[in-house]
Amino acid sequence: MSRIKNCFDKLKTGNHKALIPYVTAGDPDPAITVPLMHAMVNAGADIIELGVPFSDPMADGPVIQRAAERALKHRVSLRDVLTMVAEFRQQDSHTPVVLMGYLNPVEVMGYTVFAEAAAQAGVDGVLTVDLPPEEADTLVAALRSQQLDPVFLLAPTSNDERIKLICEAASGYVYYVAVKGVTGAGNLDVQAVADKLEQIRKHTDLPVGVGFGIKDAKSAAAVAAVADAVVVGSALVQKVEQAAGQHDRISTEITGLLTQMRVGMDA
Amino acid sequence: MSQIENTNEPLIGQVPDSRGHFGIYGGKFVAETLMVPLQELQDAYDQYLTDPGFIAELDADLQNYVGRPSPLYLAEGWTRHLGGAQIYLKREDLNHTGAHKVNNTIGQALLAKRLGKTRIIAETGAGQHGVATATVAARLGLKCVIYMGAVDIARQAINVYRMKLLGAEVVSVESGSKTLKDALNEAMRDWVTNIDDTFYIIGTVAGPHPYPAMVRDFQAIIGREARQQIQQQAGRLPDALIACVGGGSNAIGLFYPFLDDRNVAVYGVEAAGDGLDSGRHAAPLCAGRPGVLHGNRTYLMEDDDGQIIETHSVSAGLDYPGVGPEHAWLKDVGRVEYVAINDDEALQAFHDLTRIEGILPALESSHALAYATKLAPAMDKDQIIIVNLSGRGDKDIHTVAALEGIEV
Ligand SMILES: Cc1ncc(COP(=O)(O)O)c(C=O)c1O
Repeated sequence: MSRIKNCFDKLKTGNHKALIPYVTAGDPDPAITVPLMHAMVNAGADIIELGVPFSDPMADGPVIQRAAERALKHRVSLRDVLTMVAEFRQQDSHTPVVLMGYLNPVEVMGYTVFAEAAAQAGVDGVLTVDLPPEEADTLVAALRSQQLDPVFLLAPTSNDERIKLICEAASGYVYYVAVKGVTGAGNLDVQAVADKLEQIRKHTDLPVGVGFGIKDAKSAAAVAAVADAVVVGSALVQKVEQAAGQHDRISTEITGLLTQMRVGMDA
Repeated sequence: MSQIENTNEPLIGQVPDSRGHFGIYGGKFVAETLMVPLQELQDAYDQYLTDPGFIAELDADLQNYVGRPSPLYLAEGWTRHLGGAQIYLKREDLNHTGAHKVNNTIGQALLAKRLGKTRIIAETGAGQHGVATATVAARLGLKCVIYMGAVDIARQAINVYRMKLLGAEVVSVESGSKTLKDALNEAMRDWVTNIDDTFYIIGTVAGPHPYPAMVRDFQAIIGREARQQIQQQAGRLPDALIACVGGGSNAIGLFYPFLDDRNVAVYGVEAAGDGLDSGRHAAPLCAGRPGVLHGNRTYLMEDDDGQIIETHSVSAGLDYPGVGPEHAWLKDVGRVEYVAINDDEALQAFHDLTRIEGILPALESSHALAYATKLAPAMDKDQIIIVNLSGRGDKDIHTVAALEGIEV
């Protein structure tokens, strides 16, 4: 069974919600990423979304854009990210890892080569933000053949027809982007999220994660009350930026925030 | 002049398919939030493209506000100077605002109005598209925000001020290479944040479907007019067409109505910057490979990791690492030949046309002119070339002066 499904099944039994942190691989330098992944798991992360840096992150706000720029200064490539996951897997065989990024690095590597290498490295799911299901047939088939879960985004603008289409293409979980905008934007309206989740659940039994606009224990707890998973990205990446390259401080700040969120969500 | 072609099928009207694909290129590669707004845009476009009221309003604006049809001018002096084929210039530089860009912004702004949008955004490189957008926004009383790379703001100061005079807010984009591609990223980010009231006027035949097809259709008036004008003036079709290719809108605008005239050779001219061998250029069709950027699959300038690489061209409007997907398709089917002209060659053509014809061309258009200087001498005197003079060069005076160490 997929690690992602296993993870959600187990959480469900314990009546818990998944906490999914996002960090950009190689930010601010490649050496920190694997230790940081382990630290996040210790702080209560259930699944890790690992960002693959891209030169033109069209769907990201300034915080994650700068993270990609820092990583790209070290020329962190998709292959490097897969190597990081393989290293992480040497000590952690149960925490699912989902790669999140843009299509072009995958396109250049080749879908089949990528899917094989990702499975080999121990990746569990792949979310390419600029790839809607309409264009995804070939990649989805390549991922499926390696038992990798294609994760897709849902948005406030998605209508019933699109929700259906997306949920049919997706496995593992679907990711509801709670605000119209780029990562790091705005404040989320929990009631609006709850309404949209109700609409989404009419079309799927897949777990629904919610991200964008979750910054602290309070917003994490509020979203956990209605969603199956809480995704936090920019708030963590901001900590990385503020710690200005000091690994210890990055780790402390990030695990601190995740611990608070975990407590808030489990309360 | 024969061209090797991989297909003899008619090309006009063949692409894109209903999902925006030009062969393997094009498509809609955007985050989910934009999928429904793009569908709405497509529906509106499909509806108004055949709506007599819309077409009448568009035609009237193109005639009375833009000044169309633009002349087709036989450049006799320059033809004599080159000593070969007769060269006709399609004078898009004479349009209101000074370039072909306005053909498209007029059309998209009318759509924005029909859709009830109150705010217009655009990206710009040379500033011509920004000016053309700010112009139509001013006229329709719409709020207007233009994204422009910090590098381009520095080298196109006149256009920046023009946009401000027109009431637009010009946002300096400091990310990435600080040029056109980054301005496009930033405009997309704005759009996804403000989709309810905002219409994004993309300035070239790139971006997600339906933009490449829609912008082509608005620009195809260039080729429709030229095809008629040359038959009136010369009694026949031309032997060759030449246009510069940044994103590719002026080029596709000229080429499209001629695609099924197989005896007309078609040349798209990319920017070779310091030379194709130097790596410092902006010629994805000549020296790049397929990938996905800015909502479509096309030829790109990218490294082995799939990261987009910085481009270089003396002309801000050609300084872009991608190209419209229809050009990628036309390259692969062999209907259009894509070539490249470096900075020095373009500058030489800029000076020559100015001195010999009294026409100051844009640095972008100068790339097309420079290719004519290579092609024409090898052709017979009774042969005909049409060059798309996509814009006027007033905006480039500071750049040219600075390169020559002159303070203006
Ligand atoms: C005068 C002129 N020509 C050409 C271009 C290149 O754009 P495209 O390739 O879309 O025609 C520009 C872009 O700014 C321009 O200003």
